[in-house]
Amino acid sequence: MPVVEQPKHRVLPDGSIEKTTTTLNLGPTHPATHGVFQNILEVDGERVVDAEQTIGYIHRAFEKIAEHRPLYQITPLTDRLNYCSSPINNMGWHMTCEKLLGLTLPKRVDYLRVIIMELARIADHLICNSVVGVDTGAFTGFLYVMQSRELIYEIWEEVCGSRLTTNIGRIGGFERNFNDIAFRKLEKFLNEYPKVLKEFENLFNRNRIFMERTQGVGGIAAERALNYGFTGPNLRAAGVDYDVRVHSPYSSYEDFDFTVPVGKTGDVYDRFLVRNEEMWQSLEIIKQAYRKVQEFKGKEADVFHADAPEYYLPEKKDVYTKMEALIYHFKIIMGETDIPAGEVYHSVEGGNGELGFYLISDGGRTPYRLHFRRPCFIYYQAYTELIKGSMLSDAIICMSSLNLIAGEMDG
Amino acid sequence: MPLANPDIIQRLVDKFGESVTEFGEPYGMLTFSAPREMNLKVMGFLYNEQDLAFKFLTDLCAVHYPERKGEELAVVYHLHNLVENVRIRFKVYMPIEQPDVFTATGLFEAANWMERETYDFFGVNFIGHPNLKRILNVEEMDYFPMRKEFPLEDQSRIDKDDEMFGRGGSIDFGNREVSEEPKTISEADKDKTWL
Repeated sequence: MPVVEQPKHRVLPDGSIEKTTTTLNLGPTHPATHGVFQNILEVDGERVVDAEQTIGYIHRAFEKIAEHRPLYQITPLTDRLNYCSSPINNMGWHMTCEKLLGLTLPKRVDYLRVIIMELARIADHLICNSVVGVDTGAFTGFLYVMQSRELIYEIWEEVCGSRLTTNIGRIGGFERNFNDIAFRKLEKFLNEYPKVLKEFENLFNRNRIFMERTQGVGGIAAERALNYGFTGPNLRAAGVDYDVRVHSPYSSYEDFDFTVPVGKTGDVYDRFLVRNEEMWQSLEIIKQAYRKVQEFKGKEADVFHADAPEYYLPEKKDVYTKMEALIYHFKIIMGETDIPAGEVYHSVEGGNGELGFYLISDGGRTPYRLHFRRPCFIYYQAYTELIKGSMLSDAIICMSSLNLIAGEMDG
Repeated sequence: MPLANPDIIQRLVDKFGESVTEFGEPYGMLTFSAPREMNLKVMGFLYNEQDLAFKFLTDLCAVHYPERKGEELAVVYHLHNLVENVRIRFKVYMPIEQPDVFTATGLFEAANWMERETYDFFGVNFIGHPNLKRILNVEEMDYFPMRKEFPLEDQSRIDKDDEMFGRGGSIDFGNREVSEEPKTISEADKDKTWL
């Protein structure tokens, strides 16, 4: 056996002795990244000199899979994008399909959807903001608000049967009407939540330690934020009042009265405040929507889907007794419905920005091409610019305040 | 005066003449295309003109049309004028043998990763991109998976050892025969004469 000559010492890469900075791997499984993605930081002492992000660890090829699935089977894929607020993704996808098919929905469905979507926004912002608290060393807030998120999950559970990856609603409406328990749970949430949020704000908003820790950290100017494709609370914190719900209203958002909070400096503190204020606004929207839903009386109060037999699953008792219902049931389940040819872009205001669906259909049974505009994939590339020159611990809270969700980033 | 689609078409035609083509308005969004070597000129014009001011790049992706010979790949830009709240869609086509197009990173920082993603999945070569390498897939990959010639894996394959993932597992751990050729259930069933 030939003897391989071993070097006496481990050979260091060229230039590593003269180097004055340290390369530090933050992630992919670091607890502070709150998701599977990696940052390779170049640090000088505790100061970040440069950074590079590596993503794609949980890429699941949703766009490719979607090209082989009928429309209704794509909804579970959208669940897994931003899984902190899956109902918004589901609804966004349904609305994209409805736009392509040219369906108009009854108002009651729109309002019910608004309730679900705003609950999702609250759930999403709660996680993000309380995690900013955790990363600055204040664990208490996180524990306080978890109970409220639980209340939201219970409402979803009542409506669709699941909690995290909801697969809620169908093309054309909801799979079933909201029952009384769902509304009672909603009322419970509306009663209890303001107190919790107020307490959460008391803990943080004017907390000296929190303010000094977050103000001036990870700030970005409005122009740069726009150039980097920021959307959602991160863009609004920089002072741009762009909100898809206001600019291109969907699901009857034009019927609601709410304000769009904006920040000024775009730093961690502003992002935190914008999210908090958005939760109050969401609460207002839910109250208004719930009031509107209650106004429907008689037959109208039972409407929970549009009349679209080709795309909306018929009731089971009809499937057993009526010919048309049986045929449509079969065609929908087997994915044998041809969808009209066309090209449509639809976007909704997701938990962390403009969530867009670009759907091209060539008239087949599955999309020809489907592209998700995933907000945090687009704005994460600004991370290097946000943290350059800051302390390592500031880089951490900057990351958590951006509301990065690995599932959405990797698609 | 609000910016309307006919005005945008007029401005584009005045500036670029017959180079901009395929005007359409699917579902209300103005869509048009231009030759690929003009993509930066068109986007720069839309970006810089005072009354157009399409300063926000909403989305960038590619589409593969194997039937369109000579222009198999399309790069699609979604631009947004946030002040007037107008969205437009702009496409450039290119042959798959030479999928070169200029990068938009000079105009939009946001294009950086979106172009990397497009390169990663379709192999579009963005000329002038500062860091054009794969972003979501592994760097060793030597094909572009979103192109239409790559099918999804056959869900009924049974030759894969999926025991650890809860699929097709068997009790005799490690003693299973693994055939060399990928086999589907229907192919495997052909041997069973009793079926």
